[in-house]
Amino acid sequence: MSTQSESARPLVEAINVTKAFHGNEVLKGIDLHVNPGEVVCLLGPSGSGKTTFLRCINQLETINGGRIFVDGELMGYRDQGGQLYRLKDKEIAAQRREIGMVFQRFNLFPHRTALQNVMEAPVHVKRQKAATVRADALALLDRVGLADRANHYPSQLSGGQQQRVAIARALAMQPKLMLFDEPTSALDPELVGEVLLTMRELAEGGMTMIVVTHEIAFARDVADRVVFMDGGVVVEQGPSREIIARPQHERTKSFLRRILTEQDETPEAHPDAPDAGIPAHLRKHS
Amino acid sequence: MSSAPDTLDRPGEINARPVRHPGRWIAIAVLAVLAAMLISSFVTNAKWDWPFVWQVMKYKPVITGLLAGTILGTIGAMIIGVVLGVLLAIMRLTDNPVLKGASWLYIWFFRGIPRYVLLIVMSVGILYLYDTLTIGLPFLPVTFFTINVKTFSTGLFVGILALGLSEAAYMAEIARAGILSVDKGQDEAACALGMSKGLSMRRVILPQAMRVIVPPTGNETLSMVKDTSLLVAVPVTNEMFFQAQAVSQATYKVMPSLIAAVIWYLIVSTILGMGQSWLERHFGRGFGAQTSVQNDTRVKFLGLRGGGGN
Repeated sequence: MSTQSESARPLVEAINVTKAFHGNEVLKGIDLHVNPGEVVCLLGPSGSGKTTFLRCINQLETINGGRIFVDGELMGYRDQGGQLYRLKDKEIAAQRREIGMVFQRFNLFPHRTALQNVMEAPVHVKRQKAATVRADALALLDRVGLADRANHYPSQLSGGQQQRVAIARALAMQPKLMLFDEPTSALDPELVGEVLLTMRELAEGGMTMIVVTHEIAFARDVADRVVFMDGGVVVEQGPSREIIARPQHERTKSFLRRILTEQDETPEAHPDAPDAGIPAHLRKHS
Repeated sequence: MSSAPDTLDRPGEINARPVRHPGRWIAIAVLAVLAAMLISSFVTNAKWDWPFVWQVMKYKPVITGLLAGTILGTIGAMIIGVVLGVLLAIMRLTDNPVLKGASWLYIWFFRGIPRYVLLIVMSVGILYLYDTLTIGLPFLPVTFFTINVKTFSTGLFVGILALGLSEAAYMAEIARAGILSVDKGQDEAACALGMSKGLSMRRVILPQAMRVIVPPTGNETLSMVKDTSLLVAVPVTNEMFFQAQAVSQATYKVMPSLIAAVIWYLIVSTILGMGQSWLERHFGRGFGAQTSVQNDTRVKFLGLRGGGGN
């Protein structure tokens, strides 16, 4: 948990965010507040804009309208007396250092070992001493359960292991915020559980997380709040158990009904099971 | 059908006869006869004059020509070519339309001129047009410094520069293909970690692009070894092929002199080829490239013995 943030101010504040690709409007005015230490899951059918919104937060996509603040800082622009000035490449890079991101397809650096992947940014972006970083990196790999895989190349690791290295790599920059873009969607069903467990531990440690996912059980048990998106707008949001158990909006209801039959699990089945974040044998993973 | 199945009904381990490859054995026989004929002519035809070939090979001007013109020329031209080529490729891939255009123009110009012609034009032309090179502001009487072109314009320097500038145009396309071959997610991951575009290029994109860039660069280097024989156009006399030809003209032993050059070219190419496979292994780490290559050769040899069933 980040210590310096006062609980009054949201860590992430998105106001009326719009984004269009070649005239096709993907985000039609998203408002979202995420408080420090909060875990928010973005749910919704594919094409609803949830991944695009996540990528807008750390400026992998530039937004067309609205504002995004992270820890009170306007992302991508400098506001001088009401006039916005686009930030330079280096300044945007500096803003991204505060935000960790985990990708659907891991995107580990294939030419570097697991340890080198984790060490890369602290050594070359923060310019910290390799010896100190090494110890921290090994501790992080140990935390995600991969201390014995430190010298393996990504191609020698399973998908689940690669994704856990990717989480460790993002954590190595000591981010205030972690973004997860469908972190288990590219995994074989039996490898989903280990990644969700790592994320769950991270959430319990107080990390602020925004997670785009189709794992309803994870959203229900780990997230404080779920945000249901469809067609580029937020349809419904609220405490995760409440929304998943008693969705108000028709589109949320039909989406949950469809995805829960596919995941072979009812929301009320094991509300307090300790292993609820670990998937049942059949689970949607795309 | 000769080996009986195990006592149990269930089929056991497969112990099949491999496919026969009679064509391979015929090919070996034919090639062996041809090779024997060639070797016998080497030995019996006195005009080959191997002792003289050996003498030319170790003749001092030929050796210095090999070191200065051929090897130094290749290394120098390839360094200019690779560095400038990667730079041109990065320029071509930026959003900056001016740099993009400049890179395109450069490649268009240097790919359009034969190297032999370029060597003559640069050696003769530059000295003719500019005997001193003055760096200053255009059309204004402001100069920063002046270079006397004559002092720089030794034959070898101009030759290496011309070959390097020409090579850069080809290397730019190779480097561009390599950079484009790297998955877009890699750059995104680097950006998400807070890397600037330059750092991402240097630490993440280029090392992976090298895997694609190295093999064609090896070809380019081999071509460059051979293209150093064009340095005679500058003219550079301190070059191996020129010296070998000089021997042939002085002694009238044309073939042995040329064969000496041929052997030297083959030796240099072989060494460079070994260097290339080392580089490919280095940049292929993490991709499991080297094991598959080793397996391929082993399969080929096994195939010859009739062991491989492919």
